[in-house]
Amino acid sequence: MASVTNRAFGSGSSWALSMAFVERQTNLWKRYWGWELVWLVYGVVNTVAITLIADQAGAVSGQDVSQFVLFLLIGTLVWAYLSAVLDDISLVVQWERWEGTIEHTLMAPVPRSLHLLGMSVFGILHGLIRTVLIFAIALLFFDIDFGNVDVLATVAVVLVGSVSVAALAILAGLLPLLYPERGAQMSMMVQASLLLISGVYYEVDVLPAWLQVFSFISPATYILDGIRGAMIEGESIVDVADTLAILALFGMIMVPMSLWAFNWAERYAKRTGKLKRMG
Amino acid sequence: MNSIPLEVSELSKSFGGGRMFPWQEKKEPIKAVDNVSFQIKRGEIYGLIGANGSGKSTVVRMISTLLTPDAGSVRVFGFDIERDELEVRRLLNRVSPDPSFFKNMSALENLLFFARIYGMGSDEIKRKSFEILSRLDLGDRIREPMLHFSRGQQQKVAVARAFLTSPVMMLLDEPTTGLDPASKLEVQNFIREVRADHDATVLLTTHDMDEAERLCDRIAFLVNGRIVTEGTSLELRSQIANGRPVEEISMETVFLEITGKTIEEDEEVLVHG
Repeated sequence: MASVTNRAFGSGSSWALSMAFVERQTNLWKRYWGWELVWLVYGVVNTVAITLIADQAGAVSGQDVSQFVLFLLIGTLVWAYLSAVLDDISLVVQWERWEGTIEHTLMAPVPRSLHLLGMSVFGILHGLIRTVLIFAIALLFFDIDFGNVDVLATVAVVLVGSVSVAALAILAGLLPLLYPERGAQMSMMVQASLLLISGVYYEVDVLPAWLQVFSFISPATYILDGIRGAMIEGESIVDVADTLAILALFGMIMVPMSLWAFNWAERYAKRTGKLKRMG
Repeated sequence: MNSIPLEVSELSKSFGGGRMFPWQEKKEPIKAVDNVSFQIKRGEIYGLIGANGSGKSTVVRMISTLLTPDAGSVRVFGFDIERDELEVRRLLNRVSPDPSFFKNMSALENLLFFARIYGMGSDEIKRKSFEILSRLDLGDRIREPMLHFSRGQQQKVAVARAFLTSPVMMLLDEPTTGLDPASKLEVQNFIREVRADHDATVLLTTHDMDEAERLCDRIAFLVNGRIVTEGTSLELRSQIANGRPVEEISMETVFLEITGKTIEEDEEVLVHG
């Protein structure tokens, strides 16, 4: 019987299995280039419109608002990045239900962790490319001095922070497994809540005290804090070490938690027959 | 690993019946599969025949590890579908009644993805995809998006997807649904060929009696989630012959006399009843 197993078991490495999802998402991305263009235009318009608020504040107060411009620009760009990552990964179930492929994907001999790793790698790369493009286009609208920016610290915060954001997206993505009718909308609620509590357009200090509690458990708060520190204050990688440590801790807790929760939700969907159901 | 490709024992599955909150009305669960048992021998094509809604696809989904049984067990070459999920998945593949593809991606891009997640390399996938699709008269359209394909052509690509990974246990859930007669025959011949060439064992579900007779070594009738009889086509005919020549008895007659209704009537009861 050994011949039976040898023939059927593929020789692909774990990394190759994950990369199959990256390749698929890239093919989908190319095929849906119109959507990508729409999101890029939306991202640019959103970034420019919100950052112009700082210019308006300067015009009204007559003060130098260059730091405020950078503060808002970083907020909108980080949010564009986080949204892209959250969208890409949290659609892990919903998109495949829509295409009708979910059963064929989930019955393949790929450990779920490698499946989600592939989705996360694509989500992060896609988010980075889109955000860099938005950033490049938005720069045409503002005269900003980047003399203070510590690039290494900025990149380190983005990369370490992305791990916990990916885990958060996986948690949001499992909702359609539990609630076929409303799961996708519930994922949007998770995103909207992050926007409110994480200090995207304002310091979290301005939140009501009870809401500030939630900002402490959002990894996005620390990502924004770290990037603003590195880009506005010129903080080095040593200066943002505390933020990096907190983000790493978030990742260490949230990654296993999200994998466990996704597996649990998948088992629940298989028990109740909700895996394929749309509504 | 033992040598029996598929052992299904006392398998049952119900849907509904639960409630999320105490104030919600508790509904009666619907029994989709009721105490089903059968075994398939190596290299055999075993047919599960029943109307739409008789539980065929639920049985296939449980074997595919996509549904958890309420009771009973399923073993694929001795591997338990719940305990040894990943090993079972490596041994099987499936054709579902709806082709299920990423519609904007090309046939090749779809096949690349669905075979890469079975551990195959890109070069091997491209070579085999072209071979199989050429055999099914679609070789020249391999780079076209799936949405340009007719329903029948999509189903052929779905058959290609399933056989591409050379599974030792193949689950064909109404594989010729939506195909015109010529394509249906083509796919049926392909299934027979692959079974012979690749030593595959096949579970075929269908409500097409001719297809069952043409392809299956043994047949079971599934009615309301229960297997009511099982045997070779000759054995089933003999069960109801009562002195009539067996070759004159059609499988429709066998189904009618054993279950008390035609397969179409059974479907109507399920749709309207």
